[in-house]
Amino acid sequence: MSPVLRLTGISKRFGPLVANDGISLELNRGEVLALLGENGAGKSTLVSILFGHYVPDTGTIEAFGQPLPPGDPAAALAAGIGMVHQHFTLADNLSVLDNVMLGTEPLWRMSSRRAEARARLIATGARFGLGVNPDARIGRLSVGERQRVEILKALYREARVLILDEPTSVLTPREAESLFATLRQLVREGLSLIFISHKLDEVLRVSDRVAVLRAGKLVATLPAATADRASLAELMVGREVPRPTPKPHAPGGLVCEISDLTVHGEITAVSLTLRAGEITAVAGVSGNGQQALAEVLCGLRAPDAGRVAVAGRVLAADPRAWIAAGVARIPEDRQAAGVIGDLPLWENAIAEHYRTRFARRGLVRRRAARRFARQVIERFDVRAGGGVDTPARSLSGGNMQKLVLGRVLIGDASGTPPLLIVASQPTWGLDIGAVAFIHQQLLDACAHGAAVLLVSDDLDEIFVLADRIAVMHAGRLTAARPAAEWSLSAIGLAMASASPLEAARAG
Amino acid sequence: MRVEARGEVSRPMLVIAPFAAVAFTLVVASLFVAWAGAPLGRTYALIFDGGFGSRFAWSETLTRATPLMFTGLSAAVAFRARFYNIGAEGQLYAGALAAVAIGGLHGGTGFAAHPLLLFPAMLVAAMLAGALLLIVPALLRTRLGVDEVVTTLLLNFIVLLFVSMMLDGPMKDPAAMGWPQSVALQEELQLPKLIERTRVHTGLLWAVGLSMLLWLVLKYSTFGFAVRAVGANARGAAFAGVPVTRTVIVVALVSGALAGLAGAIEVAGRTTYVTLDMSPGYGYAGIVIAMLAGLNPLGIVAAAIFVAGVLVGADSMSRGVAVPTYIAEVIVAISLLSMLVATAFARYRLRWN
Repeated sequence: MSPVLRLTGISKRFGPLVANDGISLELNRGEVLALLGENGAGKSTLVSILFGHYVPDTGTIEAFGQPLPPGDPAAALAAGIGMVHQHFTLADNLSVLDNVMLGTEPLWRMSSRRAEARARLIATGARFGLGVNPDARIGRLSVGERQRVEILKALYREARVLILDEPTSVLTPREAESLFATLRQLVREGLSLIFISHKLDEVLRVSDRVAVLRAGKLVATLPAATADRASLAELMVGREVPRPTPKPHAPGGLVCEISDLTVHGEITAVSLTLRAGEITAVAGVSGNGQQALAEVLCGLRAPDAGRVAVAGRVLAADPRAWIAAGVARIPEDRQAAGVIGDLPLWENAIAEHYRTRFARRGLVRRRAARRFARQVIERFDVRAGGGVDTPARSLSGGNMQKLVLGRVLIGDASGTPPLLIVASQPTWGLDIGAVAFIHQQLLDACAHGAAVLLVSDDLDEIFVLADRIAVMHAGRLTAARPAAEWSLSAIGLAMASASPLEAARAG
Repeated sequence: MRVEARGEVSRPMLVIAPFAAVAFTLVVASLFVAWAGAPLGRTYALIFDGGFGSRFAWSETLTRATPLMFTGLSAAVAFRARFYNIGAEGQLYAGALAAVAIGGLHGGTGFAAHPLLLFPAMLVAAMLAGALLLIVPALLRTRLGVDEVVTTLLLNFIVLLFVSMMLDGPMKDPAAMGWPQSVALQEELQLPKLIERTRVHTGLLWAVGLSMLLWLVLKYSTFGFAVRAVGANARGAAFAGVPVTRTVIVVALVSGALAGLAGAIEVAGRTTYVTLDMSPGYGYAGIVIAMLAGLNPLGIVAAAIFVAGVLVGADSMSRGVAVPTYIAEVIVAISLLSMLVATAFARYRLRWN
């Protein structure tokens, strides 16, 4: 039987960067092929080429035996290739049916054939076991339901090959289970799937074959049955991955007290205490109020009620007050908030202190600033082609995060480490090597007496790092309990809608 | 053919961009020249001659470039912080009017203060007038998110009508035989000529000096850092503790002050009084100049001289061949558009397949 998709010798360069280097790959009918690789390994580029967003420099694609014209998304759709993006492409204010129909109807027709479309949508949903109310507004659906709509959208357009880009990154463990069940159903119906991920466990669970990409090259294609975690990790990274060394646990004094913190429409009566030398994690599916909590703790936003005291003082909603108080802040979105992409690395390194430590009579102390930036580069292993003059934009995700981390963890002029670290999704989208490095840095800072608040939706990360865990759902936070007292199922329950009491019982 | 993002912004392309844009502009403009039925080579030769071909041509070009440098700086500073001040034309007139209000021969004599006191007072008044015009747009933008392009653009018409009212009313020169023009500036307040028997005045030195000062401020000062940070990524700047709102408001005031200064210097150096046609769109041309200069204050000097040369050269060319002077505006407009396209090529590339 001929494969449904055949990629032959696909190469793509962006300037000096070889994103894809002679990749040849086949996808068979009814197969789940996992595309595994670190960030920047070339997964997204390959899929973008497949879907017609990029034109490959060399190489050809065949779908169902027919050559696919390069750079033509419409042709890819017509050939039955569907894509479920990591960030959903749905209109929140429209209904499920509207979203599914969007773009499927010719522009020059007076009437819309809604009744027909509705019947087809319901039939498609029933066939694949994806029940969704066609009239529900997207904005009211949960993340898991939205993903189902994305999949339905592709199926409605008669996709025979479905590409899922990091589909579990936005789901609770329970929603992920239901997604895996859906994928099995799709395969039974004869679809072929490409499943993109950098999470080893789920790749091993759902896929038939695993293709591992590293630095733009296809380094291995192997049946999932013969693979294991360790071997995949090594293939993906190309070396052994160091595990962070845990620290002796000896919490010190109270550093930060959050009591009855409320931001209308976001979080309600959140209370938490943070102690020196302890990592406290806030788990939960993103979008449940973590962002508002982090914004208050970064000095970006004033709470509507309740108080936050750092070392006994209530601070104004001004980042400068928090920086001066010794709070090291790591934002959730490093590209949009962490760095200023057009400015060079050295200016980014001093951005928090440009009017204090690194200023004299209204001028920036350039020499001191560049020296400080060089320290950050060295101590935190930031790899930048042009040294301190490299524009921050051109750093890779991992190096950008090391810069963001380094500038706040390196300590003040006298070398005093930060009092409190507020880290939101500090390793989101980073490769395994960078993740290990950043985890180690957080553990080290903690061992030197910093209190750490870790906001993350990655449970693996939370169990590796946290001493205590609290779970956030719908703007409310459970009590923080020692990590050892939480089971995976108890956290899963607390992350879904179950009450904290129920979750505690399950634990 | 398709457009693709470059992996990294190409530095050489950013340098080549203005030259490529000007070259492309001349090619397109020659279509219009040919359409007017004039000989191409001779037309361009006449424009070049009229703008840069002689001592007199240079003096006229530099005179014209002086207000353009101020309005160019006004736009460049504001655009650096992503505050799109399109109101330099109105601010220029407000500055000119304020200068005459302080330094004019009201009732035949004017204020009797010493020129060393009156001259700075006149400049400060002009800068305040320009800056004041931007307070409301800046506050509307930072508090309510009202688009400053709309508010500043529309303010131009309000200011021009106000100036017209003043020129026909309280500030009208009784000796002007009914023409709507303001009283003249006291002679002691007028700027000395830079070169004998030309119109080039010391305002040019002020403009060049300010360009250098602003370049230094943007590059080396903490305020310049804040401006560049806010312009490049306001959210990232806010996260790091840069006071975004305050920076935008200060930038707006500086931008308005520079445009107001353009008006005062123009009155003190060239016209000596305010009329409704003292600026043939210097405020708008400043935007073109700022873009041509890549928002770099030092580049403004060169860009202003180029645009002024084209305007002056076209004036003198139209006396030689039958091409209307509007060709100058066509050239300036096309050069702005092609500059925008040229800088886009630093970020994107075309691929043929």
